[in-house]
Amino acid sequence: MFESSKINAKSTWKEMTPGGTIYDAGNSVDFKTGDWRSQKPVFIRENCKQCLLCVPCCPDSAIPVNAEGQREDFNYDYCKGCGVCSKACPFHAIEMQ
Amino acid sequence: MGIRERLSGNEAVANAMRQIDPDVVAAFPITPSTEIPQYFSAFVNNGKVHTEFVPVESEHSAMSACIGASAAGARVMTATSANGLSLMWEMLYIASSLRLPIVMSCVNRAVSGPLNIHNDHSDSMGARDSGWIQLYGETNQEAYDNIIMAMRIAEHKDIHLPVMNCYDGFITSHSVENIELLEDEKVKAFVGEYHPEHYLLNKDEQIAIGPLDVQPFLFEHKFQQAEAMRKAKDVIKQVQKEFYELTGREYGLIEEYKMEDAEYAVVVLNSTAGTSKEAVDRLRAQGMKVGLIKPRVFRPFPGEEIANALKNVKAVAILDKADGLNGVGGPLFTDTTSAMLINKVTAPKAISYIYGIGGRDVRVEDIESVYKDLQEVANQENVTDTYRYLGLKGGRE
Ligand code: SF4
Ligand code: SF4
Repeated sequence: MFESSKINAKSTWKEMTPGGTIYDAGNSVDFKTGDWRSQKPVFIRENCKQCLLCVPCCPDSAIPVNAEGQREDFNYDYCKGCGVCSKACPFHAIEMQ
Repeated sequence: MGIRERLSGNEAVANAMRQIDPDVVAAFPITPSTEIPQYFSAFVNNGKVHTEFVPVESEHSAMSACIGASAAGARVMTATSANGLSLMWEMLYIASSLRLPIVMSCVNRAVSGPLNIHNDHSDSMGARDSGWIQLYGETNQEAYDNIIMAMRIAEHKDIHLPVMNCYDGFITSHSVENIELLEDEKVKAFVGEYHPEHYLLNKDEQIAIGPLDVQPFLFEHKFQQAEAMRKAKDVIKQVQKEFYELTGREYGLIEEYKMEDAEYAVVVLNSTAGTSKEAVDRLRAQGMKVGLIKPRVFRPFPGEEIANALKNVKAVAILDKADGLNGVGGPLFTDTTSAMLINKVTAPKAISYIYGIGGRDVRVEDIESVYKDLQEVANQENVTDTYRYLGLKGGRE
């Protein structure tokens, strides 16, 4: 049985699934999209009102929310720098650099 | 043993599809393949099959629907011709690279332009590098037998590639010939039930098909495809053997006709092989040692088998009903001659003949003239015109 998390850039053709089919779900966590980033959102904590408008806008779930329901700093492993969150924030708490 | 019938090629193929009873057929009509979905939709409406018939609005959609259904886990069939196949182009590559065992009849017709609806092989020859297995059939019987075998070849666990069942438009598709059909239950038993290991509608395994395949991966996936295509030769032979045990009809990767002592040979696909056999018989009656090779499979290419069959001839004409327009010769010619070279069969002189484009009639006398040309070629010191058009009006300068 193939496991997606075990298939990586060093895998041989025998270790890859036919046609590249992914046989197990929930594996986008294995794919770090952060290195696609050319611009980077910077979190300006003092401006943030914790309205959480930015969170559901992120296509890569790269804005973590903690147990208290507060957003944390960006997860740059997955943030691909699209800038959608900075447009969504009404309080200038996200600046693209 | 078997059911004696008289059917057109398309009717025979539609009947094979009825007997196979696939889960999904998605098709768009195009001459000369139209009758296949036409007959088949009647089977659907009359409750003869349990198939979901998807009447789509284009061939791109037809192949897309086939891909979706096949990925979902269904057994899928379709049919097309010429520009219909052209419109499927993008999806042909998706089907083969995702390893979906779709079976499609390609009723061979000239690809426009200028507009022509008659038979040549420019459609399937254009798709020769799309990763589909290609079977070619001379007669209605072969078109019927091939599509039944195609299902088994496509779905074989080591292969999982789509298969094209190619036969000549009008000549084979619309002519009525005597044919021996198998009983429905024998076809069902031969193709068996299709239970894919991985499929999208499996609620116990959530899979993703066709994900992004970047630099570290596509190279290896392409090799997997190449391996499947290479292995397909043995699988085709195995399926042909089982089919022979069931029907008594014996097939191979190539058919050799009177090649044992032949000095001059023709290599040709599909219905013109029948015309050529008559030419061989006539010339043999006059004492000429001539023979014929008919590849029954073009992808994977039976290069070793063809080269081996040619090793004792003085000259060979490779006839193509499509011009690849590479400035050198037709696609069957270029593949045959490179197979000869790598199998060290370099003694025979080889000539490319383009014939029958756009349905131009090719008679027994035309093929006889090819064999006579070969006799001259064998005696010539230096043959320079190795790329010829058979029966070209006005000849060549
Ligand atoms: S820039 Fe785009 S990817 Fe990064 S956190 Fe904002 S919305 Fe998400
Ligand atoms: S939208 Fe702006 S203010 Fe609201 S939580 Fe996000 S960063 Fe904070």
